[in-house]
Amino acid sequence: MVDFLKKIFGNKKKSADINIETAPLTEDQLRYVTKEELVVTPSQLLVGIGQSVGRQREINEDSIFYFNSVYANSANDVSFGVFIVADGMGGHEFGEVASQVASKTLGEYIIQKFYSPLFNPNSSIPPQESIQEIIEKGIKLAQNAVILKAPGGGTTITVGLILGDQITIGHVGDSRLYFVYPDGRFEAKTNDHTFVRRLIDLGQITEAEAKDHPNKNVLYRALGQSEPFRPDLTNLTIPKPGYIMLCSDGLWGVVGEDELFRLITSAENPSIICSKMVDAANKAGGPDNISVILIKTI
Amino acid sequence: MGSVYRARDLHFPNVTKLVAVKEMMNNSPDPLVRKTIIQNFEREANILVTLNHIAIPQIFDFFSIDERSYLVLEYIHGKDLEALLVENNGPMPEDNVLSWAIELCDVLEYLHSHQPEPIIFRDMKPSNVMINQQGKVVLVDFGIAKNFRTGQKGTMIGTEGYSPPEQYRGEATPAADVYALGATLHHLLTNRDPRIEAPFSFSERKIRLLNPRVSLELELCIDTALQYNPEDRFKTIADMKAALLSTAKKTGALSRMPLTRNNEIQSVKPLWTFKCEDEIRGSVTHENGKIFSGCYDNNLYVLDAADGSFLWKFATFGGIVGKPVIFENNVFLGSEDKKLYCLSTRTGKESWTFQADAPIRSTVKIAEGHVFFGSDDGFLYAVNILSNRLTWRIDSGAAIRTTPFITKDNIYFGNEYGDFFCLDFSGHVKWRFKTKKAITSSPIVENGIVFFASVDSNFYALDAKSGWVVWRFRMEKGSVSSPAKSDNYVVFGSADNHIYCLDAGNGKEFWRYKTDHQVSGSPIIHNNFVYCGSADGTLYCLELKNGHERWKFKTNDVITGTPTIANEILYFGSSDHLIYALYA
Repeated sequence: MVDFLKKIFGNKKKSADINIETAPLTEDQLRYVTKEELVVTPSQLLVGIGQSVGRQREINEDSIFYFNSVYANSANDVSFGVFIVADGMGGHEFGEVASQVASKTLGEYIIQKFYSPLFNPNSSIPPQESIQEIIEKGIKLAQNAVILKAPGGGTTITVGLILGDQITIGHVGDSRLYFVYPDGRFEAKTNDHTFVRRLIDLGQITEAEAKDHPNKNVLYRALGQSEPFRPDLTNLTIPKPGYIMLCSDGLWGVVGEDELFRLITSAENPSIICSKMVDAANKAGGPDNISVILIKTI
Repeated sequence: MGSVYRARDLHFPNVTKLVAVKEMMNNSPDPLVRKTIIQNFEREANILVTLNHIAIPQIFDFFSIDERSYLVLEYIHGKDLEALLVENNGPMPEDNVLSWAIELCDVLEYLHSHQPEPIIFRDMKPSNVMINQQGKVVLVDFGIAKNFRTGQKGTMIGTEGYSPPEQYRGEATPAADVYALGATLHHLLTNRDPRIEAPFSFSERKIRLLNPRVSLELELCIDTALQYNPEDRFKTIADMKAALLSTAKKTGALSRMPLTRNNEIQSVKPLWTFKCEDEIRGSVTHENGKIFSGCYDNNLYVLDAADGSFLWKFATFGGIVGKPVIFENNVFLGSEDKKLYCLSTRTGKESWTFQADAPIRSTVKIAEGHVFFGSDDGFLYAVNILSNRLTWRIDSGAAIRTTPFITKDNIYFGNEYGDFFCLDFSGHVKWRFKTKKAITSSPIVENGIVFFASVDSNFYALDAKSGWVVWRFRMEKGSVSSPAKSDNYVVFGSADNHIYCLDAGNGKEFWRYKTDHQVSGSPIIHNNFVYCGSADGTLYCLELKNGHERWKFKTNDVITGTPTIANEILYFGSSDHLIYALYA
């Protein structure tokens, strides 16, 4: 009680001030910490993309495709988006053709299947097949297209189909899809189909050994091969608020997750963030083509 | 890669001498690579032409024209093992696989002992093994057309699921053929294609789990061949052949006796049982040390959970098929006499009833101060608990036998016509989804996804907001079983006799367990174990992660209800008129 009175009336005795400056919180972190629930409705997806040939390659063999749509009438809002990253390989232009043909074939097929249910004013009959069946079929068509149009070439492909609060992910290769949460969690939701990843999982090598492994980039699964395969498919609830990021290994293999998180929370605009991430990868040497899609969920 | 032609050798014009002509395309854009390929091709052809073994086709000629190279080979009448596996639509019989395996060891041994240098086949897989008209194996495709495709800066696209870990490092030793042979046999005995799975993951698919008919000796033999480190495998293919021969002798001697599981059928003893006067078709509820169960003799029985002693019963005028629901000292249940009953758990007396227009064969759900339930009259009812009055009812068009699932905003249920509905709390239909046959399975909604089974043989996962199908899983027959979920495992039964466990994220099957009759009851999951009854009268306890049977308990008639667990005791009813309590 006495202290309280002192405070109100008391002498401003100088106490030993300790001057420590902590790093300022970013807007997102501040918001998260002060629990100021920024609720924006209807739910929306803000999308930015970034791409660069990198510093050491001559041509860009990556492809990006995205399609984002919303129908809103306050009673039932439907947000629908398709996001694809494909990283081609094979040299002699086959890599370029492979990733392009794969991303376009898959994108076209998905949109074709969802076009009528989404946009037809007369009827909104959902597609006959399940979402996962559509993605699996689309990837199979993409595989056929790669074999036909880019024989000897190959490509990874990672697709995220967002419907409302759910995302269905289809994946082959070593491009990645991440969930990023405002509190710092940075989680890869795809598994790399690389031999080194498999060896790490089997306990045969460590992460550190993998970095310098001679077969670091060898994929055991990619589009364009003649052997049978199945894409990884899964359905998850999107982080909201948060971010979803798709990128080729030209980004995740070069810039660390901490740095990526810092960049993501350094600006409001996803396009600007993507541009910064691409710059960071190039600054770190840019050994590969760089592609990224960043989706901010609101 | 290239085609294989069936051709006629015109050196013998008066007869039809058939040969196989293998065409290899050489269209690498790099001319140096093209030249190297031809050289490799010719070098290998030179080796092969000197080989002499009944399992190796004869080579008659080889030549190159423009961008293509050709090999003229002995024509093999028959089918390869990959085609036979597809035709068989299931794992191959052990006896056949064993005899093929021994023959393959024989020819590999021949290749490995080649002078001056052993020949490593490097490409052992089912599509490279043909079975000729005499039922004998013939190795085809000596990797002459094989090419590693290198992309820029060393990004390689890897090879198939039969190759050992050391092979993609470029090391090919006889141990590689041992591994590949093991991988081939594994595929034949499990019908699981290793190319679709993650590499070197054979230990995650134990042969006898997927195909219990396979002998333990053969499984051990193949496991040895599939060891990750080459030094842990058979030292030579001859050693593997010896192991296979000894397996063949053993299993031949054992004759066709099926391996009996250690008979745990009656080693599980019930804690207590209680006899009612008729079948118990529904599920039991535990609350506050008491067990509540409806019976087909029109009664609700209330027993002491500890010893099964009778406490009280309440008679309705129709059979009780649903599960009694306890809420605030009242027990709610529907009866085939068309009434919804609300009884006091303390006195056992009727508090109030509500009348529908047809039998009530489903379980009620309580939320938002209302009792929600479906009736055979096609209506979903919302009855206010306090006033006992009807707030609204929705006509779904056909009998509702599922338990509605209630979330924060919506009500989900299906009907016997195959329609599935999502309503809001004022009774408005938000969306509906149609399947082709009845939905008797009660849905569960978790993480934005609705899970349920239909008699149309599909298990569905729908997006809870839009009703669109995220994934679906096809069973062999329909299902009336309601799913149970734990983490990302979803478990349910089917009329095709199986209990299934799928990945909730994508419908991929983790395991399936075969019972001896339809599984129309619904499972529950507790402590990583699945408990489920089957129409074969048995209650099964399986491990959630892999479907291994932990124990099973046989009753004398079908089990159609769902068990319940409280304090590590499992309670359930059977059509043999008994309510059982077992240690879980």
